[in-house]
Amino acid sequence: MTMANKSPPADCDWQHQILSTLKRSGVEIIAYVPDAAHTVAIREANEDPDTTAVSCTTEEEGIAICAGAHLGGKRAAMLMQSSGVGNCINMLSLISMCRFPLLVLVTMRGEWAEFNPWQSPMGQVTEQSLGLMGVQCFRAEKANEVVTQLEGASDSAFNGDQACALILGQRLIGRKAWVK
Amino acid sequence: MSILNRRDAVARLLKERKDALVVTGLGAPSYDVMAAGDHDSNFYLWGAMGGAAMVGLGLALSQPGRTVLVLTGDGEQLMGMGGFATIGVAKPDNLVLIVLNNEHFGETGMQPSHTGQGVDLVAVARACGFTSSKRILDETGIEKLCTSMHLRDGATYAEIVIGTDEPERVLPPRDGVFIKNRFRKSLGLASI
Repeated sequence: MTMANKSPPADCDWQHQILSTLKRSGVEIIAYVPDAAHTVAIREANEDPDTTAVSCTTEEEGIAICAGAHLGGKRAAMLMQSSGVGNCINMLSLISMCRFPLLVLVTMRGEWAEFNPWQSPMGQVTEQSLGLMGVQCFRAEKANEVVTQLEGASDSAFNGDQACALILGQRLIGRKAWVK
Repeated sequence: MSILNRRDAVARLLKERKDALVVTGLGAPSYDVMAAGDHDSNFYLWGAMGGAAMVGLGLALSQPGRTVLVLTGDGEQLMGMGGFATIGVAKPDNLVLIVLNNEHFGETGMQPSHTGQGVDLVAVARACGFTSSKRILDETGIEKLCTSMHLRDGATYAEIVIGTDEPERVLPPRDGVFIKNRFRKSLGLASI
């Protein structure tokens, strides 16, 4: 059994719009911990000659990488799953103490139509946890709002100098096929 | 052979920094770097334990034409063990990760760390694909590092074995926004 959705819904074009939207916002470095719903963006980031994709072993690494990239004058974004937000908590103090801009894209688990109960404890406090550490959350629940929400989050992060997360809801992502 | 003095070793390296960018891990390595002389291109961490090497990685990827030196301690790097794998795969040519290894958590009361109990970070770095991974025990090793750290020919790990002496603290500025903006200004970048 793999983690990938076997039959993604027909309206999953939003997954192809993530990297192109980030690039339009000037993002050149993508740090990530894999998640099924980030599959397309991760593949495209690795294949794109103008994007540096960094595979992290844990999400907090990506937070620090984004900070370092800003120090050096490049825009970076971090892709992760909701369960990884908990791994970032103390590292987010780096972002708030130095007022680094931050753009994190979080795919949700543990909310709509979840099969695995172990995803719920973190999934149900993902936004609260980010909020407690000073990260402003935007949400996308429908495919046709992903680009707009991502553009807004990116503007708030890099122009507004804020720590921002775009939460990609589980309903947007679709049901996960558990038995194949 | 006498064990290397941390302040002398760091001062010697930074005397040869040229245009290198420097990131320090929290605790004694930050004091060592500050003692060698404050610099606009130093970014000192006062927290975010385990994050120094990853801040260095992000910086190295965004400034490929500059050498990036991360100076941190064994305890700080142990908290970011996965970072060895991340750097090994990312392969930044210009990143030099320098761990001052006193085999203890000095800041919290000198408790023994894992590196004094069989954990070999030089072997970890090598196994994770660093281009170079060395343990430095003497001044000759420091002199070689003064040159090799500017080669930018692959991710480098250098572990400097030091004693457990605790020199007088020389505290770097701890206003993170100030340090960040000063650092960016040294690269010709605006604060936002």
